[in-house]
Amino acid sequence: MASVSTGSVAAKKSLWSRHAFFEKNSIWLVFGILIVIAIGGLVEIVPLFYLKSTIEKVSGVRPWSPLELAGRNIYVREGCYNCHSQMIRPLRDEVERYGHYSLAAESMYDRPFQWGSKRTGPDLARVGGKYSDEWQRQHLADPRSVVPGSIMPGYPFLAQTPLDAQHIADDMKVNATLGVPYSEAMIGDASADLHTQATTDADGSKAFLERYPGAQIRDFDGNPAVISEADALIAYLQALGTMVDFKLYDDKANIR
Amino acid sequence: MAQPGSGTVTSGGASKKLSFGEGGMAGVMALLTILSITVAAKAFTAEYAFHAYLFALGAIVTLFAVINNYVDRPATLPPLEIDGKPNYNFAPVKFATIAALFWGIAGFLVGVVIAFQLAFPMLNFDLPWIAFGRLRPLHTSAVIFAFGGNVLLATSFYVVQRTCRARLAGYLAPWFVVLGYNFFIVIAGTGYLLGITQSKEYAEPEWYADLWLTVVWVTYFLVFLATIWRRKEPHIYVANWFYLAFIVTIAVLHLGNNATIPVSLFSPKSYIVWSGVQDAMVQWWYGHNAVGFFLTAGFLAIMYYFIPKRVNRPVYSYRLSIIHFWALIFLYIWAGPHHLHYTALPDWAQTLGMTFSIMLWMPSWGGMINGLMTLSGAWDKLRTDPVVRMMVVSVAFYGMSTFEGPMMSVKAVNSLSHYTDWTIGHVHSGALGWVAYISFGAIYCLVPWLWNKREVYSLKLVNWHFWISTLGIVFYISSMWVAGILQGLMWRAYTSLGFLEYSFIETVEAMHPFYVIRAIGGVLFLAGALLMAFNIWMTIREPEAEEAGDRLAPAMAPAQ
Amino acid sequence: MNETYRAFAEFAQTWGLLYFVGIFLCVLVYALSPKRKREFDEAARLPLSED
Repeated sequence: MASVSTGSVAAKKSLWSRHAFFEKNSIWLVFGILIVIAIGGLVEIVPLFYLKSTIEKVSGVRPWSPLELAGRNIYVREGCYNCHSQMIRPLRDEVERYGHYSLAAESMYDRPFQWGSKRTGPDLARVGGKYSDEWQRQHLADPRSVVPGSIMPGYPFLAQTPLDAQHIADDMKVNATLGVPYSEAMIGDASADLHTQATTDADGSKAFLERYPGAQIRDFDGNPAVISEADALIAYLQALGTMVDFKLYDDKANIR
Repeated sequence: MAQPGSGTVTSGGASKKLSFGEGGMAGVMALLTILSITVAAKAFTAEYAFHAYLFALGAIVTLFAVINNYVDRPATLPPLEIDGKPNYNFAPVKFATIAALFWGIAGFLVGVVIAFQLAFPMLNFDLPWIAFGRLRPLHTSAVIFAFGGNVLLATSFYVVQRTCRARLAGYLAPWFVVLGYNFFIVIAGTGYLLGITQSKEYAEPEWYADLWLTVVWVTYFLVFLATIWRRKEPHIYVANWFYLAFIVTIAVLHLGNNATIPVSLFSPKSYIVWSGVQDAMVQWWYGHNAVGFFLTAGFLAIMYYFIPKRVNRPVYSYRLSIIHFWALIFLYIWAGPHHLHYTALPDWAQTLGMTFSIMLWMPSWGGMINGLMTLSGAWDKLRTDPVVRMMVVSVAFYGMSTFEGPMMSVKAVNSLSHYTDWTIGHVHSGALGWVAYISFGAIYCLVPWLWNKREVYSLKLVNWHFWISTLGIVFYISSMWVAGILQGLMWRAYTSLGFLEYSFIETVEAMHPFYVIRAIGGVLFLAGALLMAFNIWMTIREPEAEEAGDRLAPAMAPAQ
Repeated sequence: MNETYRAFAEFAQTWGLLYFVGIFLCVLVYALSPKRKREFDEAARLPLSED
């Protein structure tokens, strides 16, 4: 085939002298691309950090307790976000089906956020308190035994697997570094707090409730012998969306 | 590691020296081995230890391959030119092409499995490793990053050499990119099955996989750029612009969306520095631009090389390609918030996202027009060459999904479509119709060129592939449209007394027939891909074309 | 709607718009100038004239 295009034959002589310029061309191209793609990202992301109205002023939102955090990590591990959203939109049918629309403040300690993008199953932003622990247990182990038409996978192994929360204090420490208000005491007593929340007759419950107001203390998986992954996950699910008291919340103050 | 370089020329008595790259690679791999074994010994979880051992194994194998290759190779590294002609390095391209085929079929297969899981949930078998929640990221990563990524690696390394008339920069570096990237895929994929995930959509791999990918990606960028610097042509062909935008932007997005702090060096778990609403914005800034730059810019680059090449005429308007390049990359980056309509993201950000998404329609169609009109005067090829047909239909699908996308980003439409299977249908009209079809077309072109064959083994089989998978796509997207709109309407249906008409589970049950049809569509698409694998296998086994010059002939003559 | 938002929106809708139109015009001039026609024609033929 034709070996070299006519253009490059003509340019051949001056090619070397202009080599540096050509190289710069590709660098300019890279810089051009960088500048062009930086604008949109910066304009949309940066203001979210300094506009005070981004996160509503509400009271009641507290960091996850150690047991709930461990449960949240199981929710993350199993990829629940693939089918469940945690974001109720301010549309009439959603508010009637799931409850008050979600506030940014309610997920301000969530790393990563789990708003989701698909509702193969229902939204879970306010699932806390909606069903009993017993229902949650059965539903996790065998979804179709309580909801015949369900297409959710069964998770019977959660109740049979002891929770590995050896390093939960380390997890909380990282969260604290990133700005979640976990105090020294919360991190120091993480393991004890985790046990306290999953057992009904533990001594530390008063101190625990002072640290995590409104947290629920009980044996979530119905098996007092062991703190299982189901304990943690159900504790997390039962806490979802329960922190803000919407009888006291003023919608109009936070219109953005 | 396979033998890097093909056309080596030995120059008699020169004494052999370890190159900087070889020495550096061997040193780094030795260190990585020690580090990995240390991590494996102290890992918090067995799953993480398994990954650390995989890293150690990979590093040791690489170390030995580098040493072995050094012992066996001639004293001088492969020359840049032989007899005044560029000495192209196509071995890594061949590897990535085969890897793309392999991962493509694996990814489509997992897609079919999870489609059946949604129709028949007992197929989850109550096992953690194959539950839908773990398999779905495996499917998305396998098709986007493993299949799509290897297609992009193969074509970009091919196109940049050809259009610059220069050998790929680096001796070991291109191999490091190709093998390192596929190692990342293995770590990511096995991680999902074992429950190691960030649960950030399309960015599920954990911190150590992300770090590894960063190293690989920076090398990729440098190899690509250094090859451009070697060019003999005064111009940088527009396909390389798109590849460059894809490489640079994916690097930025990857770093931004994976800014995490690991719990410990010995823990697979990390926490992202962004939280809640900010994390949501960063995630969809990443997520939508993974679509915009990985699945659009990169594959437009393929379109800009392979369609003109196959139909043997220059692109319809080079000027249009420049205008739509800058407009596309500028507008795309803003579109992320349309994934967060009516959420707790502030309204101003949602409005920006919607506005730019709608504007994006124009540059997208600029690309479509440019691709389609390249055929002007050669429309008969649509009938005679099934490979051309595949690529042209892919551009048509691109046009269709880039119309549908802006429409779905309008808040009123989005309030119905969001959270439903309409989104899944939209994604697949882009993924199956556009990304996969342009990839198939490129592979059908590339394999005979790389292995020096006249043409693929059977154009008839290409034709079958085309029609079977097109039927599959039609099944898929039409069932998802109906399912999505139906579900959206059922969610918001009220009785005459003002109550919600359907419980949530009723809307799930209504999806069943459509999920079955979708799964059948997936099976058809997979069947087409298997035909392709057979066809490619037979092409590689064919005897070589007589001369290199023969190679270009079929592209110019109409196929029989 | 608070003041920050209003100021921000106002700036974006005036100077921001002008800025983007300006950039777009630059791209148009670059792409459409008759001076570069030959250059682009050559570039467009790059994939076709390989050795």
